[in-house]
Amino acid sequence: MNWETVIGLEVHAELSTSSKIFCGCSTAFGGEPNTRVCPVCAGFPGTLPKLNRAVVEYAVLVGLALNCEITRQCKFDRKNYFYPDLPKAYQVSQLYAPICRNGRLDVRADGEEKSIGIREIHMEEDAGKLIHDARSGKTFMDFNRCGVPLIEIVTHPDLRTAAQVIAYLEKLRETLLYLGVCDCKMQEGSLRADVNLSVRQAGSPPGTRTEMKNLNSFRAIARAIDYETKRQTEILREGGSVLQETRRWDDEKGFSYGMRSKENAPDYRYFPEPDLLPVEIDDAWLNALEKRLPELAHQKRERYVKDCGVSEKEAVIITAHKNVSDLFETLSELSGSPVESAHLVTGEIMRLLNQNNILPEELSPDARGLAFLVRLVSEGKINRNAYKETVEAVFVRGADPEKYIAENNLMMLADDEEAAVAVAAAVAAVLAENPGAKADYRAGKEKAFGFLMGQVMKKLGGSGNPDTARKSLKAALGE
Amino acid sequence: MFDLSATELSAAIKAKKISVTEAVSAYIERVEKNDKTLNAFVTVSKENALARAAEVQRRIDGGEALSPLAGVPVAVKDNISVKGVETACASKTLGGYVPVFSATVVERLEQAGMIIMGKLNMDEFAMGGSSETGARGAVHNPWDVSRVAGGSSGGSAAAVVSGEIPAALGSDTGGSIRQPCSFCGATGIKPTYGSVSRYGLIAYASSLDQIGPIGRDADDCAALLSVISGADEKDSTCVIKKPFDFPADCPSAAGLKIGVPRNYFGAGIDESVKKAVLAAAEEFKAAGYGVEDFEMPMMDYMVPAYYIIACAEASSNLSRYDGLKYGYRNADAKTLSDVYRLSRSEGFGIEVKRRIMLGSFVLSSGYYDAYYKKALQARYLIKEAYDALFGRFDMLISPVAPTSAYKIGENVGEPVKMYMGDIYTVSVNLAGLPAIALPCGFDEKALPVGFQLIGSAFSEKTLVGAARLYQSRTDFHTRRAPTGGEPQ
Repeated sequence: MNWETVIGLEVHAELSTSSKIFCGCSTAFGGEPNTRVCPVCAGFPGTLPKLNRAVVEYAVLVGLALNCEITRQCKFDRKNYFYPDLPKAYQVSQLYAPICRNGRLDVRADGEEKSIGIREIHMEEDAGKLIHDARSGKTFMDFNRCGVPLIEIVTHPDLRTAAQVIAYLEKLRETLLYLGVCDCKMQEGSLRADVNLSVRQAGSPPGTRTEMKNLNSFRAIARAIDYETKRQTEILREGGSVLQETRRWDDEKGFSYGMRSKENAPDYRYFPEPDLLPVEIDDAWLNALEKRLPELAHQKRERYVKDCGVSEKEAVIITAHKNVSDLFETLSELSGSPVESAHLVTGEIMRLLNQNNILPEELSPDARGLAFLVRLVSEGKINRNAYKETVEAVFVRGADPEKYIAENNLMMLADDEEAAVAVAAAVAAVLAENPGAKADYRAGKEKAFGFLMGQVMKKLGGSGNPDTARKSLKAALGE
Repeated sequence: MFDLSATELSAAIKAKKISVTEAVSAYIERVEKNDKTLNAFVTVSKENALARAAEVQRRIDGGEALSPLAGVPVAVKDNISVKGVETACASKTLGGYVPVFSATVVERLEQAGMIIMGKLNMDEFAMGGSSETGARGAVHNPWDVSRVAGGSSGGSAAAVVSGEIPAALGSDTGGSIRQPCSFCGATGIKPTYGSVSRYGLIAYASSLDQIGPIGRDADDCAALLSVISGADEKDSTCVIKKPFDFPADCPSAAGLKIGVPRNYFGAGIDESVKKAVLAAAEEFKAAGYGVEDFEMPMMDYMVPAYYIIACAEASSNLSRYDGLKYGYRNADAKTLSDVYRLSRSEGFGIEVKRRIMLGSFVLSSGYYDAYYKKALQARYLIKEAYDALFGRFDMLISPVAPTSAYKIGENVGEPVKMYMGDIYTVSVNLAGLPAIALPCGFDEKALPVGFQLIGSAFSEKTLVGAARLYQSRTDFHTRRAPTGGEPQ
């Protein structure tokens, strides 16, 4: 029997506006509890919300990037429920007229292109946090996060496999980062995905779905999907029925458990928020936002290959993270050499990131210093070894490249008489020290040339010009 | 001094005939003497008021140009936040809650040089029409202390007509300024929705609530309204651009037409109320207004639509009183759900609980379409009906309440009867319109009777002009209640 998994996603993204959605408090993560609050976000009696226009603009930018229709008169609604982290006992959200609808995001997974439908994007406010102190048995409320702006991006149930889900989330994250509207840190909760999943026999109507929460990494999402698919398939195969419920994923133990049954779920008693007027998005505002829409990853990839002469493979690596492509663009501009910049970013920089356990989003090197090195190497003023060494010094230790090169005598010797004498002396010395290799080469063993060349360069230190050395060695061996 | 209107008192202060401190002290003394009987005040901020009085006097002496109300004491309903002063909405639930900020209207009163003298009693969370449901007990009607003052701004109206305060602020969600004015013989304005900031007004029903002035005559109300109205960046529903201003000559009668809804005078209205209001209509006719009757549509839907919408919003607005952050909390509650259940059950009074239950019900899934959505449709039709009427008329004249003030306790336990008492006022709130209520006579029990003029949105100037004209031709607004005419 053929079982098919049907998945829809609800992704919450915290918007990186500097102030909250309905007041002027800071949205910065963390902080001493209850230091980023005011009467409005703490829901004091008599306070009223005042919509932050930047939130609307960020949401529209996301909508445009995801090919959505923008609702020209969108409205807010109240979602009512009691919980201590929600000081007003209702969350201002959008149910009846969300800001964006009917979009799509094209992804590539399992070797095929797939278009994932976006049902809607709505704006809402985040809740606070409860801190449970195990020692005293007390629970404390921290309202710093109350009123931090969120958008919820809801897909149609178009996804079928974990690979598609991950591809969708990666592309979505990439898009949000390129738009600069969300820092997408899953560990800090600024990007959260809930997975709605059901299993059915191919061609049948959709089965009963469950909603999975507490998914804190892409890996956890993939594992949770596999687990839930197996769990539901087994139930159905044995003739049972799946319970509609919200399940919580325990990533440490690798399984999920039911939190509450949807039948008993709270009735949120949604109704239009009377304290806020409908948001009118007129042509002028929308056009201005369309102009603000930055170049997205796939557009950059195309441009790098077409206009900058970067290879397709390198373009993919560069655009996987906005920080990386920002660095690439800065280096290209400052050095005037996009191809050499692409080599550096995809080669040495990636290696150094891995080696030093730095996440691409934390990348913040001395771009000016690196660009200086790119220029030196593309102008043939330092050799590759000196280049690599200096890049590492600049990247890892923050060294000043000019000073480092001078102190370590890495600048390539000029092509003058003095240099020629130094090279000739090095070649003579190496040949004298390695008669065996010299003989091997003369006997036709090409490999011996590489060895001798390496010895010559070593003798010359970082300042040796490999072209001059090669010519000189060839000449000496040809004697 | 107690015979002076608010603007006259300010003029006397500026002319150095009386000092601000003298005025404030005299009014405080009067409250201390009379309010044991009336129970109109819940808080008298004696020290603050006297300190402020000295400060305002210095500003006046320094030649600072202040408003036409500078130096005048004023008091505000207990649902309007005053920084540092307990603001409890006459509820046990909010007992001890002291706001850390002042309502925008309070800031504006202070900027105008007025002195906030205290907080006024009301129905709990402004839910009621008798000012007897609050945790601080019933307000007594100055004309007959065995009777209610009306509500929910009963404290405001009673304090003004008894001369405990020259002027006050109330709030009107379904008639809560106008009805107590009618019961007590005061003048009050329910402004157009969106003309006075609601920031700092503790919400009952956000889409209907509006703060407004209560005074002894239309002039004082107009002066207060020009101080408190105007856009506020803290309230995005406050859409008015500039504050109202009411020049002394604002509109004359020539050519203005007043509509009389004839079906408002059918079954259910007291004969004496009917006579007094129709006599007021005649007075306008005599003054040169065109007066013509018409059939008011949608009358059967007004009260149900109002109670569904108001209670729905209230159920959400009052959810934040959960016992966790401020106000009343049951001390024995062990679990979270017990904290919620016990604190709310014990903190709220019966009428508030009734409205929260009703509101939660009409919003719950399966009933939203049948009740809440239908009520919104009715609201829309009522608005349309008014729009059409204001194509024909400049104003409408109507009773405020079907009866004069009833006995304290008389209608307790009869919510439907109480709700039907709001028949003439709630549609004004549903449509967001302005209305002014003013006295037009006394019934056979010597209790005041009032009427209201209803205008199109932002037509306050027309309403005030008509009320001024009426009050220039009548003296009902000058009669003083026996309790508090002079300290007894």
